[in-house]
Amino acid sequence: MNVRGGGDRAEDQLVSLKGTGIRRDGRWLVRGIDLSIRRGEVVTLIGPNGAGKSTTAKLAIGVLRPDEGSVARMRGLRIGYVPQKLAVDWTMPLSVRRLMRLTAPLADAEIMTALTATGIAHLLDAEVRHLSGGEFQRALLARAIARKPDLLVLDEPVQGVDFAGEAALYELIRSIRNATGCGILMISHDLHMVMAGTDTVICLNGHVCCRGTPETVSQSSDYMKLFGGSARSIAVYNHHHDHTHLPDGRVEHSDGSVTDHCHPQDGHHHDKGGHDHEGHDHPHNGDHAHQHGHNHHQSSQTGGSARA
Amino acid sequence: MLDDFFTRALLAGIGVALTAGPLGCFVVWRRMAYFGDTMAHSALLGVALSLFFQINLLLAVFGVAVLVSLLLLVLQRRQSLSADALLGILSHSTLAIGLVLVAFMTWVRIDLIAFLFGDILAVTPADIALIWGGGIVVVAALALLWRPLIASTVSEEVAEAEGMKPAQTRLFFMLLMALVIAIAMKIVGIMLITSLLIIPAATARRFSSSPEWMAVLASLIGALAVIGGLFGSLQYDTPSGPSIVVAALALFILSLLPAMRKHPAGPAASQGVR
Repeated sequence: MNVRGGGDRAEDQLVSLKGTGIRRDGRWLVRGIDLSIRRGEVVTLIGPNGAGKSTTAKLAIGVLRPDEGSVARMRGLRIGYVPQKLAVDWTMPLSVRRLMRLTAPLADAEIMTALTATGIAHLLDAEVRHLSGGEFQRALLARAIARKPDLLVLDEPVQGVDFAGEAALYELIRSIRNATGCGILMISHDLHMVMAGTDTVICLNGHVCCRGTPETVSQSSDYMKLFGGSARSIAVYNHHHDHTHLPDGRVEHSDGSVTDHCHPQDGHHHDKGGHDHEGHDHPHNGDHAHQHGHNHHQSSQTGGSARA
Repeated sequence: MLDDFFTRALLAGIGVALTAGPLGCFVVWRRMAYFGDTMAHSALLGVALSLFFQINLLLAVFGVAVLVSLLLLVLQRRQSLSADALLGILSHSTLAIGLVLVAFMTWVRIDLIAFLFGDILAVTPADIALIWGGGIVVVAALALLWRPLIASTVSEEVAEAEGMKPAQTRLFFMLLMALVIAIAMKIVGIMLITSLLIIPAATARRFSSSPEWMAVLASLIGALAVIGGLFGSLQYDTPSGPSIVVAALALFILSLLPAMRKHPAGPAASQGVR
């Protein structure tokens, strides 16, 4: 499964979760998660809102403790973490330079290298609260990579970054993996990244739905089922939507019937996944425009049930 | 020199202000102003218990403040009420219980006003030793814990993921806060302690380019407020604790004036500290 091949040797294993679950207020946020990340491996978690992607990442790095199952981390594992949300209170005067030294001392040269890599070297002495969303995200990414971690955990690392910047940052993340051989656990909604830069995709919906290389996952029926609706936000290549996902998770079909799940025969599911997109007759840019349109649509539909 | 009550008051007040500065910054950054108030109000319960059980006043106040903050942590975890409602309950009920207990102890005569609003003009050389000794402990502990404290103030999750222990850090911070409240009580009194934590820090914010610099500035501004307040109280024969707070407020308002444009201490200050 690991396209980079190489070892299943234990010392390559950075983190491994076995049957891990966590419960809050009597409800399982995620359960039965099996997941491991080796050196040099990029694992991407995908799944709808509330699928437990961030929760799973937090279990892996020890921010949350599991209520069942186990989490094993390599001894002395050095983690660089970009959380999904981080708000610096405006009362704290914090420059980008100071943010870079948040959890460990760092030489000025190392800071500059990391900031240059993420394209914000000119913001070295800017105050964090004056940064735009995309700039702040770049600063957080720079901070995480400057630590030279064994494991980089990126929870939607490019949120708020402009479109051209997104591709560059994903390229950067790939190059960091290639240069340092660190493992990367990423949560991403970007199918391009999932397809192009990931060794293993894990599809979550409270549990592991399916997993494998991007190619195998995008063809799996579980993925089809899960992303029948949510895939509108990421399924760049499908354009025939003949059913609607209701806020409660049920599905309304074009004939007016309502079911708990999408049917495999529901329109766009018959479109093949990303694997044959080369033959697609839509121009590339048009695809993205389409994707964004659906993002808005999707969030207005599922906003009520969104949770971290 | 220590013979003069006014000099003693100055020394004690400045000692408290220097200690309160950095701690007050964290209170502001972590939005714990009401939390600080609650701990301070619970100090009166500590006073009552110390009188009742004939134990050391400082120890009793410190102990009750720690207990109240632990109780708050436990209650917050159950999430039955919002944090500010819980704080309101704890804050005023501990104060009220303290007042009631004091009233019950008809055999002791204490000057309630001195506890509520401070009695800085009555500090003894022993008090000064305690304030400066305790202050050095607090500032040294803050310096040691500085990086984890800042990191977990920015993000507990990042701090935890990257090998720190934010839960421990938070506990240490609460202990330090309880200690400062215990030693500062005599200077500005239970009702006004949090103002000495918050107002200088809020004043320092506009002139600071880094958290470190803001902590230093808050100390200096607090000391300035103590000096101004004490001289003002001498001049106009006003109560000294409230006068110090009024002086702090005056500095804060001054800092808001447009003429006092942001004048950061320069990047050098922020670079100096890693």
